[in-house]
Amino acid sequence: MGELTHRTESAVLETGEGAGFATTRLKDLVSWAQKYSLFMYPFVTACCGMEFMSVSGPRFDFSRFGSEAPRFSPRQSDLLWVVGTISQRQAPILHRIYEQMMAPKYVLAFGTCASCGGFYDNYATVAGVDKVIPCDVYVPGCPPRPEGVLDGLMLLQDKIQRGDRTPGVVKPRRDPATNQELGVVPLRRHKGADV
Amino acid sequence: MSKALQELVISSFQAHVLGSHAQHGDETIVLKPSAWKAAHAFLRNDPRARCEMLTDLTVVDFPDREVRFEVVSHVHSLSLGHRLRLKSSVGDSDGEDANIDSLTSLWASANWQEREAYDMFGVRFVGHPDLRRILLYPEFVGHPLRKDYPAQKIQPLIPFRDVLGTEKLAPFGVFEGMSFGRQTEHSDGVEE
Repeated sequence: MGELTHRTESAVLETGEGAGFATTRLKDLVSWAQKYSLFMYPFVTACCGMEFMSVSGPRFDFSRFGSEAPRFSPRQSDLLWVVGTISQRQAPILHRIYEQMMAPKYVLAFGTCASCGGFYDNYATVAGVDKVIPCDVYVPGCPPRPEGVLDGLMLLQDKIQRGDRTPGVVKPRRDPATNQELGVVPLRRHKGADV
Repeated sequence: MSKALQELVISSFQAHVLGSHAQHGDETIVLKPSAWKAAHAFLRNDPRARCEMLTDLTVVDFPDREVRFEVVSHVHSLSLGHRLRLKSSVGDSDGEDANIDSLTSLWASANWQEREAYDMFGVRFVGHPDLRRILLYPEFVGHPLRKDYPAQKIQPLIPFRDVLGTEKLAPFGVFEGMSFGRQTEHSDGVEE
């Protein structure tokens, strides 16, 4: 749960000049097609929306992952991005949007408020969208970093490929500057300082 | 800066003024609730006051006081450049009987502000044309910004689904990774 895997059931048996072939299972082929054609419905209610715009813009660009087309009708979409705080008054609307979506439908909770209510522990706020609708991937952060969102999207695609509907949480990445495994050279902070 | 205005109101409503002070340069007058509307009408209409704008209208809850809710308004004159704060206390210690005149007939902007004050504190504004909840839903019981409203009490508008099985998820578990996090009904102790 929550781990990216790279296991595949498909295998290329013979390559050729243009007439090679491959075998796979129908289920895997369909999942493969599904995971690269997510039609998203952004349900943006709060400040995380800024981060959502950033990650959908050209700099971070999650279109690269086959999640390109936003559909502003739930009837045409299968991935619900819940971006921001959900208040008690908003909860019935979110629930109706979810019910109107195409099956199979997936939900991604973007940020801490959507995931668990965040620091809004009061009369007005729903403590996480999973209190109202089932949720597939949680992306923590207030707001999450774009890398975290991309990790969440890739995690969702991996879960679609595996047919896994248990909820998953994006794990924090290790800071590359302190990751010894990568063998990263420490940053040179001051001119003339010893490295 | 608004000293003259403060003195003008005090001299005009001598019998109804309970006190006056200035904090950080904001002149304040404490009124009897019976003179609430008359004083505001005076501030709006008198040529020496000309307070065209009701900047803010809200309520503060002092649960230890005999008269519990303090209704606070800020009026501002755009043409003369002065402002004044008015206060008046209503409601007994149980929060009942909190009635005060509505200012909607003087400033249309009072409409939503009074609805919010009613929604959050339960102060009734007599003469308001449409005193309904504005932020919360009609099914909500109580008034959440009263000090005796339990801080973590929630009243869901739609029923929550069964979320068993998601507690195991770090960092959104019972304690959300922190010992001081939200306590759910699945946690032991603490919750009475």
